[in-house]
Amino acid sequence: MNGNLKRFSMQVDLDSFIPATDAEKEYMVTMRPSTTFFHDGIVRLRKNRVATVSFFIIVIITLMAIFIPIFWPYKYEEMLGMKPGKPMDASYNNLRPFEYSKAEQARIDEGESVMPHLFGTDSQGRDYFIRVVYGTRISLAVGFFASIIVLVIGIVVGSVSGYAGGAVDMIIMRIVDIIYSLPDMLMVILLAAVLRQRLGPAIEGTPLASIGSNIISLFIIFALLYWVGMSRLVRGQILSLREQEYVLAARTAGAKGSWVIRKHLIPNCISVIVISTALQIPSAIFTESYLSFLGLGVNAPMPSLGSLASDALNGLSSYPYRLVIPAIVISLIVLSLNLFGDGLRDAFDPKLNN
Amino acid sequence: MNPKTLKYILKRLILGVFTVWVVITLTFFIMHAVPGGPFLSEKAVSPAAQAAMEAKYGLDKPLMVQYTTYLTDVIRFRFGPSLKQRGRMVIDIMYDGLVVSVRLGIVAALLALGFGVVLGATAALRRNTVIDRIIMIITTAFVSMPSFIMGSLLLVAFAIKIQLFPANGATEGGLVLPIITLMLYPMSYITRLTRSSMLDVLGQDYIRTAKAKGVTGWRIIFGHALKNALIPVITYFGPMLAYIVTGSLVVEQIFAVPGIGRAFVQSIINRDYTLIMGTTIVLASLIVIMNLVSDIMYKIVDPRINLE
Repeated sequence: MNGNLKRFSMQVDLDSFIPATDAEKEYMVTMRPSTTFFHDGIVRLRKNRVATVSFFIIVIITLMAIFIPIFWPYKYEEMLGMKPGKPMDASYNNLRPFEYSKAEQARIDEGESVMPHLFGTDSQGRDYFIRVVYGTRISLAVGFFASIIVLVIGIVVGSVSGYAGGAVDMIIMRIVDIIYSLPDMLMVILLAAVLRQRLGPAIEGTPLASIGSNIISLFIIFALLYWVGMSRLVRGQILSLREQEYVLAARTAGAKGSWVIRKHLIPNCISVIVISTALQIPSAIFTESYLSFLGLGVNAPMPSLGSLASDALNGLSSYPYRLVIPAIVISLIVLSLNLFGDGLRDAFDPKLNN
Repeated sequence: MNPKTLKYILKRLILGVFTVWVVITLTFFIMHAVPGGPFLSEKAVSPAAQAAMEAKYGLDKPLMVQYTTYLTDVIRFRFGPSLKQRGRMVIDIMYDGLVVSVRLGIVAALLALGFGVVLGATAALRRNTVIDRIIMIITTAFVSMPSFIMGSLLLVAFAIKIQLFPANGATEGGLVLPIITLMLYPMSYITRLTRSSMLDVLGQDYIRTAKAKGVTGWRIIFGHALKNALIPVITYFGPMLAYIVTGSLVVEQIFAVPGIGRAFVQSIINRDYTLIMGTTIVLASLIVIMNLVSDIMYKIVDPRINLE
């Protein structure tokens, strides 16, 4: 012991205590400002051209879906040929893009300006452009809110399961296993078919009725079936993060539980959660359009992209563009959301790359 | 087979049986939550006739008795008579539909597998070339297109504009378009799966060894790489079947194919409750069983994989 100490003191290298030269000082200067995790991710995301383009497409579509219905002269449910107190004007029905009805043509001949029907009108004389815009709005809203529902339930159940552990965790995870192995689409169709009959009378007269029983049943379905993926993810994250060395290091250094949660667990968890929520939105839009296509989606006359596509099947040989337009919009939305989600994942969760 | 694998298979089997039971139970109780019961939508019936009908179908008994009766019937494949198609049994309607749908599904699955593996291997071999890019762009587009959109667009393009194939799935050659519709998504998925796992395998040491021994080109692919690269594809069998089943619901609707998917959708529109229950149970069990088989196969093919 004594000898060791002695040898230690003998071996101090006095050269280490010489003041640093200017060249050495320059070496220690920070070459670029330190970045936060978030900023770093944004920089990486902006370098990803595919994700950036997808992001702008989503923003443009969303803004159009929100603002166009506000100032557009036609309404989505308005049958243009039906004027109160007048006989029905059938010349409004089934107009081709940029065609005008007889009444409108007469007004144009008198020098009035009439808003053209960009995509024509449907078989009931409703402006098709505004129906597509409104349908996009419904589809986006359903996708967004369904994902929020999934997010909240998933996080609550997942974190309870992860923190509690033991028997609670076991029971929750077995339930998750079973829901996970249920064929989701079949159950969704079955639930949608039943719920809309059960809910319709129940919400009559309440504010919920304006949203429509089918959309509410869609949300209920998401709340019942689709949270399992998210809760598994959150639980797994919490379980693995709790055991990380840096958490142990923080604890050893005297950090309190709340500090560990705020500074270590949440920042490490949040990116994974945000990413999978972003990827949940297109899948919700997909499910909604699928149900609408089968006639189990939004209540008429409200349009959604799926129900527009479904309605278009009847007049397919004469008016194929009525199918093609909503089809392109759905595919564009789903594709851009997926690509943007992938970009988010690459930017904010580099661990997943390998 | 080691005891761990056996234990895993046993566990999955129990979960599978349990899931099928949950499906049957859920279906039963969901259907019974419908207000007014199955005969509500009929034309005005006298109370006596209503009671007679309910007695005939056992709907007057307590719910739990009905449930146990139904459970034992389902196990023996007795789904009872159809409520709306007079004189036909649910099992017969489903059998007629399945004959068509199974043929449709199997052809679509095989084509998806064949094309998917070839395209994926090609893309991996010609990595970062124009061919690779084209394959990846096309498959990305197909993956994000819902099946009903794909089907409808194919219908417009090839049955109405060009009139290459008939639009009606019940006629001669009418299954071509439904098969293509059902095939494109799984094909694209398998292509991407094969490409990435092939790239992974091609970086392995034993491939370098094979190259060092002088093995070239396609022999490396077929002799060494493909066998290992296809392991992840096996896990996709279950989800692929699930996709084909749910996809066939709309595809059969679009092309008027007289399959079980169309029967299911029609039964929902007509509120034919026994048929809805029967079809849900059969299709759901099919998906659960296929998921089970593909998971177990995966475990047997590559025992290193820990699926817990």
